[in-house]
Amino acid sequence: MNMAPGAFVAERPRAPTRKAEARGDLPRADLVRIEAVSKVFPAGRGGSEVRALDGIDLSARRGSATAIIGRSGAGKSTLIRLINGLEKPTAGHVHVDGVDVAQLGERELRDIRRSIGMIFQHFNLLSSRTVFGNVALPLEIAGISRHEINARVGPLLDLVGLADKRDRYPSELSGGQKQRVGIARALATRPKLLLSDEATSALDPETTQSVLSLLRKINRELDLTILLITHEMEVVKQIADQVAVIDSGRIVERGGVFEIFSAPVHETTKALLSGLPGFRLPAVLATHLKHDPSAGSRAIVRVTFAGQGGQGRIFSKIAEVAGSDHEVIAGALDEIGGKPFGSFLVSVASPKAGQTVDKLAAGGLDAEVLGHVS
Amino acid sequence: MSPDIILLIAKAAGQTLHMVAVAAIIGSVIGIPLGVFLATSGRGELFAAPGANRVLGAVVNATRSTPFIILVVAIIPFTRLVAGTSIGTNAAIVPLTIATIPFVARLVESAIREIDPGLIETARAMGASPLQIVWKVLLAEARPGITLALTLTVVSLIGYSAMVGAVGGGGLGDLGIRYGYQRFMPDVMAAVVVVLIVLVQAVQSAGDRLARRFDKRIRPR
Repeated sequence: MNMAPGAFVAERPRAPTRKAEARGDLPRADLVRIEAVSKVFPAGRGGSEVRALDGIDLSARRGSATAIIGRSGAGKSTLIRLINGLEKPTAGHVHVDGVDVAQLGERELRDIRRSIGMIFQHFNLLSSRTVFGNVALPLEIAGISRHEINARVGPLLDLVGLADKRDRYPSELSGGQKQRVGIARALATRPKLLLSDEATSALDPETTQSVLSLLRKINRELDLTILLITHEMEVVKQIADQVAVIDSGRIVERGGVFEIFSAPVHETTKALLSGLPGFRLPAVLATHLKHDPSAGSRAIVRVTFAGQGGQGRIFSKIAEVAGSDHEVIAGALDEIGGKPFGSFLVSVASPKAGQTVDKLAAGGLDAEVLGHVS
Repeated sequence: MSPDIILLIAKAAGQTLHMVAVAAIIGSVIGIPLGVFLATSGRGELFAAPGANRVLGAVVNATRSTPFIILVVAIIPFTRLVAGTSIGTNAAIVPLTIATIPFVARLVESAIREIDPGLIETARAMGASPLQIVWKVLLAEARPGITLALTLTVVSLIGYSAMVGAVGGGGLGDLGIRYGYQRFMPDVMAAVVVVLIVLVQAVQSAGDRLARRFDKRIRPR
């Protein structure tokens, strides 16, 4: 959501796309609504039963990109599989476009699944089929004619930038290319909803970027609702507008991405955010960090800057408050959901820490003392 | 070696090929679906039927653990029922086929179990029916493995077919025993062995080549 170019086209009449209508006065119904869902896996031999999901409420608006983030084992894979009925909840409702998927039989589920695309961490392409054949598979399954399949696959390969790989086999492609095939395949039946199961977790950072920007493009241009699970905040930051944090089968925090990033409340959220640059304390400091100040120690203060204009002034503001004594240790300025966002680690003399935090807060900057280093 | 003997060898080779071909075809037609069922009928699988799976698995194991020569004798009444006689090439096809079915089934089962379960989940997520999953995913992906399984089956059948000579089944094995061993004609024995080696070699390399062509997992070049 880049706001700057938008300012120039604001007065131009917009084409009446579905998205524009949805943005207007029409009610933006939720495409996915999960209510009070629990999932208990029965005890295996010698084990005890596993409560994978515990009273989950979650919804995704039409056209939104919603991320569910959590550590491995938090229940996110189970949660995303409830939406296309690959898993059945033990209790609760899973509405997709007004239909309670949890109540459907296998045969009815098959029809619903054809309107939900899914992409996977390990791509799951058939090694025996070419790129074309893989993208054609869901269409064959849906009983679409050869002629129609030929007409549809080409534009999809163009969309994901693999038109020249049409007759290649997956073993001849790179990871990023394989995931692009996966995306084209997921879009083949023109679904309303795209589920992404850790789609970038097996890719290197650069490829992750390009796959994420493809997903973002699809989200905006095709007005496709995306629901993704991930364990990386970086992915959430890149693509989502809503985020839910899941821990031990419960949603512990949720809201707009910008709000969650700028003011995380739950410990799990904070822990997941700590991986991002500017959040992470350099290892040398982390090992020496003490809770209480000592003689001559310096306080480590995290200053977060969210949303306000003129991000350049953050440094002068810190300097103004902390005086010439302060030191910037680490920091990053970024854009989240189209809004500027920054996080900095600053050190000041321990006795001045409290007063610095207060003054920064008065100046509209969020600051907290992480500890003291002697 | 006299022309008569050469003619005998050619005729015996023809009988062997006949027995092997018929047993391999019928054995595959029944064995492949059985293998697919064994691979997909466990608890929580595509065609979950744990009871039937266990029963069929036990039958397959029982057939496979019976020595072939004992199987041949044990099912003589059944052979007579099917082929009308218990001696000769056509009669030999019956025990050969019975032995082939579980052999093919187990090999196909293991070829299918090699397939990443993620692919089955992916097909389910696309709305595929169980039969579509079998056709478009399992059999398609296991094609190189199944090709190798059938190659191995044919090679084993060539060996088994030599054993049915003992019950008057005809074929190269029969010729080798009656002329080579009992009439003490080492040149016939050697000729029979050479023909068998060439046959097995030809089948194996054709099967390997076909399997390699089907296998797209390895980067070509």
